[in-house]
Amino acid sequence: MTGQVLYAQLLYGGSGILLVLLGLWSFLVHGPLLRKLIAINLMGAGVFHILVAIGYRGIDTPPDPVPHALVLTGIVVAVSATALALAFGKRLDQDDD
Amino acid sequence: MMIDALPLAVTLPLIGAFAVTVSPLHARGLGLMAAVLTAASALSVTAAVWSDGVLRADLGGWGVPLGIALEADGLSAAFLAMANVVALAVSVYAGGYFKQESARHFWPLWLLLWSALNGLFLAADLFNLYVTLELLGISAAALGALTGTREAVAANLRYLLVGLLGSMSYLLGVALIYAAYGVLDIGLVAEAIEPGPVAWTAMTLMIGGLILKAALFPMHFWLPPAHANAPAPVSAALSALVVKAAFYLALRLWLDVFAPVLNEAAANLLGILGAAAVVWGSWRALRAERLKLLAAYSTVAQMGYLFIAFPLLAATPPGLARDNLLAAVVLLALTHGFAKAGFFLAAGMVQKTAGHDRIDDLGGAAQALPAATFAIGLAGVALIGLPPSGTFLAKWVMLEQAMILGLWWWLIVMMVGTLLAAAYIFRVLSRAFNREPTPYRFVNDARTELPALLLGLIATFGLGIAAQPLWVLLEQGAFG
Amino acid sequence: MIRPLEHIIIPIGLIAVGGLLGWSFFLAVTGDTGERLAAVALARVPDSGVSNPVTSVLLNFRAYDTLLEFAVLLAALLGIWSLGAADTGFQPAASVLDGMVAGFVPLLILSAGYMLWVGAYAPGGAFQAGALLGSAGVMLALAGHRNAGLPSEGRLRILVALGVFVCAMTGLLLMVAGDGFLTYPPGLAKWLILLIETAATLAIGATLAAAYLGGRPTAHPTSGETT
Repeated sequence: MTGQVLYAQLLYGGSGILLVLLGLWSFLVHGPLLRKLIAINLMGAGVFHILVAIGYRGIDTPPDPVPHALVLTGIVVAVSATALALAFGKRLDQDDD
Repeated sequence: MMIDALPLAVTLPLIGAFAVTVSPLHARGLGLMAAVLTAASALSVTAAVWSDGVLRADLGGWGVPLGIALEADGLSAAFLAMANVVALAVSVYAGGYFKQESARHFWPLWLLLWSALNGLFLAADLFNLYVTLELLGISAAALGALTGTREAVAANLRYLLVGLLGSMSYLLGVALIYAAYGVLDIGLVAEAIEPGPVAWTAMTLMIGGLILKAALFPMHFWLPPAHANAPAPVSAALSALVVKAAFYLALRLWLDVFAPVLNEAAANLLGILGAAAVVWGSWRALRAERLKLLAAYSTVAQMGYLFIAFPLLAATPPGLARDNLLAAVVLLALTHGFAKAGFFLAAGMVQKTAGHDRIDDLGGAAQALPAATFAIGLAGVALIGLPPSGTFLAKWVMLEQAMILGLWWWLIVMMVGTLLAAAYIFRVLSRAFNREPTPYRFVNDARTELPALLLGLIATFGLGIAAQPLWVLLEQGAFG
Repeated sequence: MIRPLEHIIIPIGLIAVGGLLGWSFFLAVTGDTGERLAAVALARVPDSGVSNPVTSVLLNFRAYDTLLEFAVLLAALLGIWSLGAADTGFQPAASVLDGMVAGFVPLLILSAGYMLWVGAYAPGGAFQAGALLGSAGVMLALAGHRNAGLPSEGRLRILVALGVFVCAMTGLLLMVAGDGFLTYPPGLAKWLILLIETAATLAIGATLAAAYLGGRPTAHPTSGETT
C-alpha cells in the first residue's frame, strides 16, 4: 500500500469517525425527535464514509466495489427508517393539535 | 428441478407480503396461507438439519467470499423451529383478532417481519445480518404502533430510534471487520480473526448494538412501553421472537466469530447486566398495574437469565459440561419464547373480553375465560421455572454448573429472580380467581384461545419432558 | 451554565471512544489484508452480465441483500400507511412553478430511464434511477398535485411491492429451474438484471414519492378534504 492511499484512507476514515462521534453526541444530548433523527443520519453518513474509505485503492486503481454496494444498500435502509420515524413524529404532532 | 428449503423460508413470506399488499381485501386468507407455507418450509429446514446435519446454500452460485450464503446448524435450526411454531400460532390468533382495516395493515408487515426473522436465523454473512436486523426493526416498530394510540406511537418511535442506534453500532463493527480481515462470511471471519484491538473494538460495537436491541438492562427502557402498548399478537411476537433474535445473534457472534478474542471481563460484564435485569425486571413486573406491562417487564427479566449464561459459558472449559450448559441456555430461550407468546395471547383475550387489563380488576376472569386463564397459568409455570417446564430443566443445569464452578453469586440472583417470578405470576392468578364461580364454557373463542393454550402446553410440558431432541439437534454445529 | 453530564462526562466518554475507534481503524487499514474482496470481485465482473462492478455486486454477487433491501423499503412505506391517510397536500402552484414542474418532471423521468440503462456500464443503476423518479414525485407534490402523480391505490400497491416480487420470483424460478436461488444462467444474466432493476426502479420511485406524502393514498385522488 502506498503512502498516498493510506493518507487518503485515514483522512476520509478519520472524518467518518468524527461524524459518528458528533452524531452519537447529538443523539445522547438532544431531546427533540428531529435532532435525534438527524443525529442518527449523521452517524450513518460517518459509517458510510468509513466504508468508502476502506474501498479506496488509489487514483489509478479501480476501487473495491463491495463496500460501495454495501453503502448503497445502507443508504436505502437509512432512508426507509428515517421516513418511518418522520411519519411517527408527524402522527404525534397531529395528536398534539 | 431442485428445491432448497433455506431460501424458501425467507422468500415465501416475502411473496406472501406481496400478495397481501396487492390484494388487501383477501389479506387474512392469503396471509394465513403464506403463514402455513412459511412455517412448513422452516420446519423442514429444522428436520433436515436434524437428520442430515448442517445445511448450507450459496445464493447466486458464487460461493464465499464473493457471494452470500445461508446456513442452518443446530443452533439456528432450534431457534428457527421455535420462531416458526410461535409465529404460526400468532398468525392463527391474528386471523381472529384483526378485522377489516387493521387486518390490511397487519398482514403484510407481519409477513415481512417473519421473513426477517427467518433470514436472521439462517444468515451466514455479517452484512446480510445487518439488513435482516433493519428489516426486523422497521417492521416490528410499524407493527407495534398499529393500535394508533399516542402511547403506542411514541413508544415505538423510541424503539425505532434505539434500534437504529443499535444497528449503526453493529454496522460500524462490520466495517472494521471488513477493513481488517477483508471478508464478511461468518466462517471466513472466524478463521481470520486474531486477538487484538481491532477484533476487540468490533466485538464491543457489534455485541453492544445487539444488547441494545435485546433490551439488556440498563438499555431495557424502551421495551416495556413498546411491548405493552402493541396489539396482543404483535406483543407476543415482539416479546417472544424479536428480542430473542437479537440474543440469538449475540450468542452466535460470541460462539462462532469472536471465540478467539473472548475474555472473562466482557463475559462477566454481560452477566452482571443480566443479573441486574433479572432483579429489576422481576421487581417491576411485581409492581406493574397492567397485565401486559407485567408481561413486558417479565421479558426484561427473562432476557437477563439468558445473559447470565455468558460468564458461565466463558468459565466452563469445552466439553460435555459446556455443551450441556449451552443446550440449557437455548432451552431457556425457546421455552420463554413459547411461554411469553402464550401469555401475551391469553392476556390479549382477557383484555378484549374485560375491556381492560388492570390486574387488580381481573376478578372473575378465570370463570369467564377458563382457557385463557389456564394458558396464563401454564405460561406462568414456565416463566417461574416450575417442573416440568423447560425453564425448570434449563435453570437446573445452569444452577448446577454455577455451583460446580463455584460462582455462587449467579445462583443467588437466579433464586431471587425465580421467587419474584413466582410472586408476580401468583399475584395475577390470585386476582383472576377471586369471584364466585359462574358456569361458563372452557373455550370461548377457539381461534384465539387455542393458540395461547397450545403455546403454554409446549412451554410447560413439551419442552420440559421432551427436551432431549434439543440436545441432539444442537450437536449439529460448529461449536464445542 | 455547565451541565456536567452533557458538557463533561459524555464528551470525555466520546473522545475515549473516538480514540479507540481511530486506533482500531488505523490498525485495520494498515494490517496485512491485501486486496480484501476487490480482486476477486473485479475478476468475476465479466461473468456477472454487467460491466459496472458496483452493479455486479448489488444485483448479482450480493443480490440477496438487495432483495431484503426492497423488503425494507416496502416495510417502511406500509408502516407509514398504517398510521393514517395523507395530508391534503400543498396548494396548487402558480403558473411559473407549474410551468417549471411541467418541464422538469418529464426530464427527470427521462434521466431515470437513462440512469437505469447506463447502470450496466457506468455509475448509475436502479437506486439512482429510483431516486430520480421519486424526486419527480416530490416535485409534483410540492407543486400541489395531491397524489404526487402516483396512480390509484390498487395500482400503487402493485407498484411499490414490485421490487420484492420480481426479485423474489426470479430467485425462486431460477431455483426451481435447477440453477439455484438467484443464480443467473450465463447468457440471461444481463436481461434478468435489467428486469429486476426495472421493477426496482419503479418500486423505489413510487415508494419514495408515496413516503413523501406521509400517509395512505386517499380514495379520491384529485378532490376533497380528508383528515
